[in-house]
Amino acid sequence: MTTPLLQVRGLTTRFRTERGTVKAVDNVSFDVAPGETLAIVGESGSGKSVTALSLLRLIPNPPGVIESGEILFEGKDLTKISDAEMRAIRGNRIAMIFQEPMSSLNPVLTVGMQIAEPINVHRGTPWSKAMEAAKALLEKVRIPDAAKRLDTFPHQYSGGMRQRAMIAMALACKPRLIIADEPTTALDVTVQAQILDLLKELTRETQASLILITHDLGVVARYADQVAVMYGGRIVEQAAARDLYKNPRHPYTRGLLSSVPRLDGDTSKRLVPIEGQPPDLSRLPAGCSFAPRCKQASSECLKQQPALRERAPNHLSACILDAIQ
Amino acid sequence: MPSNSVHPPSDELLRVDNLKVHFPVSGGGLFSKTTLSVKAVDGVSFALNRGETLGLVGESGCGKSTTGLAILRMLPLTAGRIHFEGKDITAQDARRGEFRQRMQMVYQDPYGSLNPRMRVRDIIGEPLTVYNRAENRSDYEDRIAGLLKTVGLLPDMADRYPHEFSGGQRQRIGIARALALEPSLLICDEPVSALDVSIQAQVVNVLMDLQDRLGLSYLFVAHDLAVVRHISHRVAVMYLGRIVEIASRDDLYQRPLHPYTQALMSAVPVADPEIERNRPRMVVTGEVPSALKPPPGCRFHPRCPMVMDVCRTVDPVLNEMGDARSVACHLHAQPVHLIRNAVPEAVSA
Repeated sequence: MTTPLLQVRGLTTRFRTERGTVKAVDNVSFDVAPGETLAIVGESGSGKSVTALSLLRLIPNPPGVIESGEILFEGKDLTKISDAEMRAIRGNRIAMIFQEPMSSLNPVLTVGMQIAEPINVHRGTPWSKAMEAAKALLEKVRIPDAAKRLDTFPHQYSGGMRQRAMIAMALACKPRLIIADEPTTALDVTVQAQILDLLKELTRETQASLILITHDLGVVARYADQVAVMYGGRIVEQAAARDLYKNPRHPYTRGLLSSVPRLDGDTSKRLVPIEGQPPDLSRLPAGCSFAPRCKQASSECLKQQPALRERAPNHLSACILDAIQ
Repeated sequence: MPSNSVHPPSDELLRVDNLKVHFPVSGGGLFSKTTLSVKAVDGVSFALNRGETLGLVGESGCGKSTTGLAILRMLPLTAGRIHFEGKDITAQDARRGEFRQRMQMVYQDPYGSLNPRMRVRDIIGEPLTVYNRAENRSDYEDRIAGLLKTVGLLPDMADRYPHEFSGGQRQRIGIARALALEPSLLICDEPVSALDVSIQAQVVNVLMDLQDRLGLSYLFVAHDLAVVRHISHRVAVMYLGRIVEIASRDDLYQRPLHPYTQALMSAVPVADPEIERNRPRMVVTGEVPSALKPPPGCRFHPRCPMVMDVCRTVDPVLNEMGDARSVACHLHAQPVHLIRNAVPEAVSA
C-alpha cells in the first residue's frame, strides 16, 4: 500500500457546554491514501463535521479544543504546528468546501476576487495573473460565460453555480486534499448529481484525495472508495465501500441500511427503523454508545466501550459481539 | 408496502381541476408599474381516492408545497376548482369551511410547528376545543390519551412540553393533532425530511399503519424519491408549476416516460456500490429556471437531453397513455389524444 497522504491518530475534540464538556470527536483514527475518496457518514451529532473542522484546526476555541491526537499530513503533525504554518496549508494544500455556499462566500467581494485570493496569498501571484487563473478555474467548473461571471457577486449566482464557484476556489492552489462537508445537501437532486460528478472528476484529474462528509448512504455508494461510519463521536465501522455495503458488520450500519428506503428496494417490505434516537453527547452511556438502541445489545455492551478492531481483512468494526463470533 | 394496493381503492375523495396559484410581484424598476406574476402552480389537475396515497414530487420551486397549501385553502386560488368528499369547496372559506375539519395538515418542521409554550395535551386538544368536539373534561382527556396511543406515544406524555421530545416524537405529536378531528385526508408536506435518517422510518411506518387502520388518504409532498416510492400508491412529478407525469408507483419508477422523471430517478444514488456502478445515468444540465419567466414551449426543454424543435415552441399537454398514466411530453404525444386534450391548454399557452 502507498504511504497515506493523511494519517489521523486518536483525534479527540472537546467542547465546553452549559451541560459539561462534550467529546464531539472521541479517539478517531483513519488514513486517506493519495487520490482516494473517503466518505465519513453519520447523522447529526455524530461528530463528522467536527472531525472535518478539526483537521483544518477550524474549531472555535473557546468553547472547542483539540484535546489529543495526531493529524499527520505531508510529514507534519497539524496539531503541533504554528498558526502561521497552518494558514499556509489551509486553502493551499488542504481545501474545504462547505455545505452552505451562500454563507461561506463573501457577499461584498466578486466571485473572481474570492477565487484569485488564495492564488495571490499562497503563491504570491500578482492579482492580474491570479484573476486570469480564476477565469480558467471558472471555466473548469463549467460556469458559462466565465469572463463576465468573474466580476459578479455571489448573490447573482444560483445555488448550483455558487457551489461550483466554491469548488473552483478549493481547486485554486491544486490542493492534495479536499474536504467537502455535505457539499450538496442544500441543493436539488439533479444539481446534486452535477456537482458531485464534477467534484469527483476534478479530484480524479488532479489526483487529489477527497474526504466527503455526508448523511446520504446513496451518495456514499456512488462516490466513495472507503467509508467510515460515525456514531456518538466515534468511528463504529470502517471498510472499503463495496465491502461495507455487502457485509455491514456493525449493528448501527446494518440498521441504517435497512431503515432507509431505496429507489430499488422491495416496497412490500416494511421499513425497519432504528428505535430510539441518536445519543446526547453530554450523556453518553458508559459502554457502547449505540447499545441503548441496539437489538442485540447484552449487559456486557453497557459496561465496556468496544474498540475499533479489524474483524475481517481491511474491515474494522467496534462491536464486542463481532469479536465473539 | 401500501397493503391496500391489493384492493385498489376506487372512490374519489379529492379532485383538483386546473388549479392555478399565481403570486404577483412588482416587476421592472423601482417605479415601474408593470406587475409580473410567479406562476407557482399553473394548471394542475389530479384526483385522489379514499385510502390512497398520492406522492407529489419535484425539486424546490416546482409548486408541490403550494399545491398542498392551496388545496387546504391556506392560499388564495388564481383559478381552478377543488372537489372534496363530493362537494365543490372552491368557494368555501378556509377558516370557517366545514371541509377543514376533514382535511388536515402535517408540517415539515417538527420544531417550528408546535407551540413551545403549550403542553402536548393542549396542542393536540386545540382542534377539539375549537370545534367543540369534547363532551366534557374526561371525554377530552380520553380522546387525547387515545390520540397519543394511536401515534405510538404514551398517554402520560400529555403533560410535557414540546422541547422534551425528540424530532421523531414531535412529528408524531403533529400527526396526533392532525388526527384529532378524524379527517379523511392528510396533506403531509415533507413530513420526514427534517428528521435524521434513522428516525425517518419510524414516522413513515406510523403514517402507513394509520392508513391501514383508519382508511386515511394522504397527499404526500416530498422531494425524496425513495421515501415517496415507499409510501405512495400513485405518484405525480411536478416541474415549474405543472404535473409532467402521473402514474401508479410501479409504472413510474420502473418505466419513467418523461425525460425529467428519468433524470430525477437517475440523479438519486442507490445505496449499493455495485448496482450504482452499472446503473445507466442520465445527467441533465443547468438548473430549474425562474417561475417568473418560464421557458416557452415545454418548460423542461432548455435542460432536456432529448429536446426536439417542437418542444421549443409548443407547450405539451398532459396526455393519457392508458393504465391511468399521463405524460406531458412531445416524445409521447399521440395525435388522437392531442386533439382531444389540446384545446384548452393550447389556447392558454
